[in-house]
Amino acid sequence: MANYSTNEFKPGLKVMLDGDPCSILENEYVKPGKGQAFNRVKVRNLKTGRVNERTFKSGESLEGADVMDREMEYLYADGEFWHFMATDGSFEQYGADEKAVGDCSNWMKEQVVYTVTLFNGAPIAVSPPNFVELEVVETDPGVRGDTSGGGTKPAKLATGAVVKVPLFINTGDVLKVDTRSNEYVGRA
Amino acid sequence: MTVDWRPSASLEALHRRAAIINQIRRFFAERDVLEVDTPCLSAAAVSDPHLFPFSTDFVPEGAAIAQRFYLHTSPEYPMKRLLAAGSGAIWQLCKVYRNGEVGSRHNPEFSMLEWYRPGFDHHRLMDEVDDLVMQVLDCKPARRVSYSAIFAEHTGLDIYRCSDQQLQQVALERTGFIGELSRDGWLNLLFSHCVEVELLEPTMVYAFPASQAALAKVVEGDDRVPSAARFELFVAGMELANGYFELTDAQEQARRFEADRQQRLALGYPDLPLDQPLLSALKSGLPDCAGVALGVDRLIMLALGASRIDQVLAFDFSRA
Repeated sequence: MANYSTNEFKPGLKVMLDGDPCSILENEYVKPGKGQAFNRVKVRNLKTGRVNERTFKSGESLEGADVMDREMEYLYADGEFWHFMATDGSFEQYGADEKAVGDCSNWMKEQVVYTVTLFNGAPIAVSPPNFVELEVVETDPGVRGDTSGGGTKPAKLATGAVVKVPLFINTGDVLKVDTRSNEYVGRA
Repeated sequence: MTVDWRPSASLEALHRRAAIINQIRRFFAERDVLEVDTPCLSAAAVSDPHLFPFSTDFVPEGAAIAQRFYLHTSPEYPMKRLLAAGSGAIWQLCKVYRNGEVGSRHNPEFSMLEWYRPGFDHHRLMDEVDDLVMQVLDCKPARRVSYSAIFAEHTGLDIYRCSDQQLQQVALERTGFIGELSRDGWLNLLFSHCVEVELLEPTMVYAFPASQAALAKVVEGDDRVPSAARFELFVAGMELANGYFELTDAQEQARRFEADRQQRLALGYPDLPLDQPLLSALKSGLPDCAGVALGVDRLIMLALGASRIDQVLAFDFSRA
């Protein structure tokens, strides 16, 4: 991979840092009137999701990371791997392990398209679409007629995720959920 | 393709910018300080190892050989030549040019306000800087604190006693920086990342380490050991001004020029011609004086509550 100098650190650039692929979030040029210039860089570790700050001398460089985001349809899970198939017509299949899927396991539904991040050709992260539709498998019985949204109760979804829902929701209802905020949006 | 031809600042920001410039002009008129205008193009360059001047070529019409000139990074040298010639108190508001510097607080060309006060020392000049800044920003007087005290306050380190390894260790913990730096490099890294960002209220930091004297006298009495008679003003976590009780000793100035040059060469930077007229002016006699340079775009940023320098420039570098 090519090397990138601090002046090329733009948000979204993928670089290798301490052996892990990272995505640049912010890059601030810091230079006192007298003295050396630095770049204060905020990065997200694409393996752990953790955000760190790191300072470099201006002009230092990092190796680019072979990281690619690909759209893939979720097929099935075999207990160890979640299996996906690329939607670009290549029909290539990839198995993502628990570390790669992480919290996205709350939002997995067959035939839905996810963004799978590949590092050196292997999945390291999976991100869900902003909204998914999932069935309620467990919640207290619905309160008939209460559609005003006055109160909430927990509802367990088919994936095991629990979201707060209005009182009128019943087991068996299919809900639209915002995966960014874990919030109920409406009935599908 | 549509080209974005519009200004980077709002028209309202430009109106307020113009009003602040007028306020600055009145400030010096009321105090009988002479406005001057010195050349942007200079045959010599500033000696500071970490400043990179733009250069250009002058070709006399019909001549085969070009002469190299440098755009000034500050008007300091010619203003000192005016002082040596007996000008008395002088001020200048001008564009200065620094290659490579671009960011949310940096534009490669920016407006600098620089003024000199014969008969003042740095403490008296700090009072005057405070007067101006309080007028423009409508803020409280700046807190005054020595470099060593503010450094200890925010890093827990005593700059006169701590080892390079301790500086390196704290830098790693607080900034994640890994690499080699000189002692002043470590101090600068920690100062900019751990101290400067915390200086939200106006703060004048004085008594810099003697190794960071630049063009300031080294004096006794400002701190526990001889220190640079230099100050910097910080507001809202941003460096706004840098001033000196000016070095007047020509021999010492020549020695610092050479030390800067050696440092520049050691860093692998290009060698630049040193300013001989400044040395000659010092030899002929620079009156005891204090001088300060203030970043006008940043002052305007603070007055307007802008977070980026392009918000106060008609056209920032990306639109130049």
